[in-house]
Amino acid sequence: MPRKLMKGNHAAVYGAALAGCQAYYGYPITPASEIAESAAAIFPKLGRTFLQAESEVAAINMVYGAAGCGLRVMTGSSGPGISLKQEGLSYCAGSALPCVVVDIMRGGPGLGNIGPEQGDYNQVVKGGGHGNFKNIVLAPNSAQEMCDLTMLAFELADKYRNPVFVLTDGVIGQMMEAVELPEPVSELPDKSDWAVGGTADSRHLINSIYLDHDDLEWWNMELAKKYETVEKNEVRFEEYKMEDAEIVAIGYGSASRVLRSAVDLARRKGVRLGMFRPITLFPFPKDQLAALPDRDLKGIITVEMSNGQLVNDVNLALRGRMISDLHMRMGGNVPSALEIVEKVSELYGV
Amino acid sequence: MSEHREYPFPEIDPDICKGCRLCVAACPTDVLVISPKLNSKGFHYSEYVGQGCIGCGNCFYVCPEPSAVTVYLKGYVPEEEVS
Amino acid sequence: MAQKTVLRKPKGFIDVYKYKPGEEKDRTHYCPGCGHGIIHKLIAEALEDFDIVEKSIVISPVGCSVFAYYYFDTGNLQVAHGRAPAVGTAVSRANPDSVVISYQGDGDLAAIGGNNILQAANRGENMVVVFVNNAIYGMTGGQMAPTTLTGQKTTTTPYGRNPVTDGYPLQMCELISQLTAPVYVTRTSLHDMPGIRKARAAIRKGIQNAMDRKGFSFVEVLSMCPSGWKMEPVQAQDWIRDRMLERFPTGTFRDSSDEAVRIERPVPVMDPEKVKEILGYESLKTSNLKKNPNALFNKVALRVAGFGGQGIMSTGIALANVGMEYGYKVSWLPSYGPEMRGGTANCSVKVQEETIGAAECTEPNMVIAMNQPSLEKFERILVPDGVLMYNSTLIEVEPTRKDLRVYPIPVTGMADALGDTRVQSMVNVGAFAAITGMFDPGEISGLMSSLFGGKSEKVIQLNEEAVRKGYDYVRENFS
Repeated sequence: MPRKLMKGNHAAVYGAALAGCQAYYGYPITPASEIAESAAAIFPKLGRTFLQAESEVAAINMVYGAAGCGLRVMTGSSGPGISLKQEGLSYCAGSALPCVVVDIMRGGPGLGNIGPEQGDYNQVVKGGGHGNFKNIVLAPNSAQEMCDLTMLAFELADKYRNPVFVLTDGVIGQMMEAVELPEPVSELPDKSDWAVGGTADSRHLINSIYLDHDDLEWWNMELAKKYETVEKNEVRFEEYKMEDAEIVAIGYGSASRVLRSAVDLARRKGVRLGMFRPITLFPFPKDQLAALPDRDLKGIITVEMSNGQLVNDVNLALRGRMISDLHMRMGGNVPSALEIVEKVSELYGV
Repeated sequence: MSEHREYPFPEIDPDICKGCRLCVAACPTDVLVISPKLNSKGFHYSEYVGQGCIGCGNCFYVCPEPSAVTVYLKGYVPEEEVS
Repeated sequence: MAQKTVLRKPKGFIDVYKYKPGEEKDRTHYCPGCGHGIIHKLIAEALEDFDIVEKSIVISPVGCSVFAYYYFDTGNLQVAHGRAPAVGTAVSRANPDSVVISYQGDGDLAAIGGNNILQAANRGENMVVVFVNNAIYGMTGGQMAPTTLTGQKTTTTPYGRNPVTDGYPLQMCELISQLTAPVYVTRTSLHDMPGIRKARAAIRKGIQNAMDRKGFSFVEVLSMCPSGWKMEPVQAQDWIRDRMLERFPTGTFRDSSDEAVRIERPVPVMDPEKVKEILGYESLKTSNLKKNPNALFNKVALRVAGFGGQGIMSTGIALANVGMEYGYKVSWLPSYGPEMRGGTANCSVKVQEETIGAAECTEPNMVIAMNQPSLEKFERILVPDGVLMYNSTLIEVEPTRKDLRVYPIPVTGMADALGDTRVQSMVNVGAFAAITGMFDPGEISGLMSSLFGGKSEKVIQLNEEAVRKGYDYVRENFS
């Protein structure tokens, strides 16, 4: 398999190109700008559309337009840009339009800084725009997964006609790793039954208005059913040394990379630490976490680069049978393996 | 098809008309009037007085309601007569 | 086109308004005397006359015409407030052969979507924008619009629009005609029959331009809002004539339709084999270099640090690339952003057999320090017995720790001697190979053409030489 050393941000664009993404609309923002730059370099060579939009808002609405025409389409940004895109995302979800959004999280709130953080968890996983919708959220933790999960994102977007996020932080976006490039997809799904195509048979309507209360309730119920199906079918996660773990550490994105190191370090000190890493944040691996209290555990610790956003979902999943502890770093600081192991021994006396 | 056979002439759907009077004002020969009668939506609709239309099309183009006004011009062949 | 013998509901309209909820599927939702209906009819008539109903796509905005999709028998997208030109941009590019009509009111286009319309116009997107200016927000109940006249009373300017607090009525045609790209910019008015016929001609011309892929056409229409203005429709026409025309004079501000060049859009390459060819799969084959079983290191956690411009990042990337070619797991993580601009730059590189956890080297076993501040900063975090390689050309103060393996190497001097300071990173790579024993300099040389793909033979040779110099220096001075 051909492989190339590349940044996570570049890998996402390769994944998009290989998934048959036909258009990229985006606006520059650190630490996600390489996505736009890479798309600007690659897409025209493939005859695909790249356009630097006038704003984040314009970009997501261009995504709406392209998706409404049945194209595989992507945009990328970071926290402040995602905040601006939320209205458009709500329209995409409300109109059941498949699209892919890559969010390379940075420090917040406000302008914050450009260091790695995970503070967009709530606004992305909980569907930060108005109304009753959810994004499907994939959380890669390597350059390889930036490629692979972006490809998967397009598949899921089309399968469920829903926005799909590839959510990660500045570390994964900026770091370079070897990426094995898969085969390009050879066939795109047929969307002629709903997409607007500029032909007699494709004079469809893309719309999120349901004036009648009962109609809108029906549509929200349909969306709710869709999200239920997604929860049933699409949960993905990774476990590392969980078989004999006495303590479980939970984290995603670059925090999970550190957790892997922490697990190895802890085990060198005789502490049986294991890692549970959600790969999908919606759907959240609730059932797997709900089963943790059945084990003989000394404790569960959630490690996140945000203010307890992930641990809320962990604790919901644990249903009060156990309560996860929290180790959080913010502001662009990434926890170190050593500090996690120290925290673990302090908390659980190991 | 209305009973008018003297082309050109306008035909106004009394039920669709919203009685805005734009056509009445736009008619150069003053052959449209507002009916004293109300339609089912409570509008005094516009009516052709029956003669004097010159087929200028003003009433058609000024009317905001797509299917309220039809103007049959000279040379029009009703569909049922086309074979 | 033959002379019309009947004027009736144009075929551009849907026969029965199926998308419209409720019973009244045979009439519009517009108020009596509303200009939208007139403008809709002019568009629908053109679609029928030009035989393009099937290939047209109408973008419905937010405002009273939010429901434009009830009526047009075309492809339809209803979009967020003000974003019709952005959505239209993507629709037009997705379907270059279609005719894209962006229909917008004044609040939508000139207030919340002001930037979107200017930018789409400035890009010369192939679409026609029909801009309905009635100087008020109709849908929300008669608030001030960006085009509300000075002194005009609305529900949010109950004492009349005051330019001191509310600014002046925005003249969109005047603004847009300042741009280079638009091919047709015109303002028309529904205040009388000649005005309506001019609006008809302008809409047809704009649509014709979009059909011919001539670019961006902007047709403003001054239109009545009898409900918002609290007037009878005929009185509203007079109000346009008496009040609006002064601020919004009709006329054509730009018409370069005749000179416009047809816009061509690329055809996407979707064939997997062609995609692979374009992405250069052929050149990305694994080189199958064998790891050195006798290497002194099989796990490196390295920090490279120095001034921006000293090849810090490229040293790290080159080492990660070479490590990858030898089949190691590798990662490279830069310090990014402001840190990179001006001050010191550093990156973390990991080269190891097993899967890499954290990419940041918080406890490196090797540091390459290219300047004094970097040496001071990173010497401290090295593990005991770690390797400290430093640029002795620029660093005169020796490291303080005594538990390290220290390699002073005149990297900058050697690069300068080769005639190009930029090859410092390759000197570093050569020195790294010698210190760790992980890579063979001859084998690295074979990788140069892929590392410096696209560069000249001379550049590749120079870099090979730099690797060799770095390697030999270590072998000759530290053994």
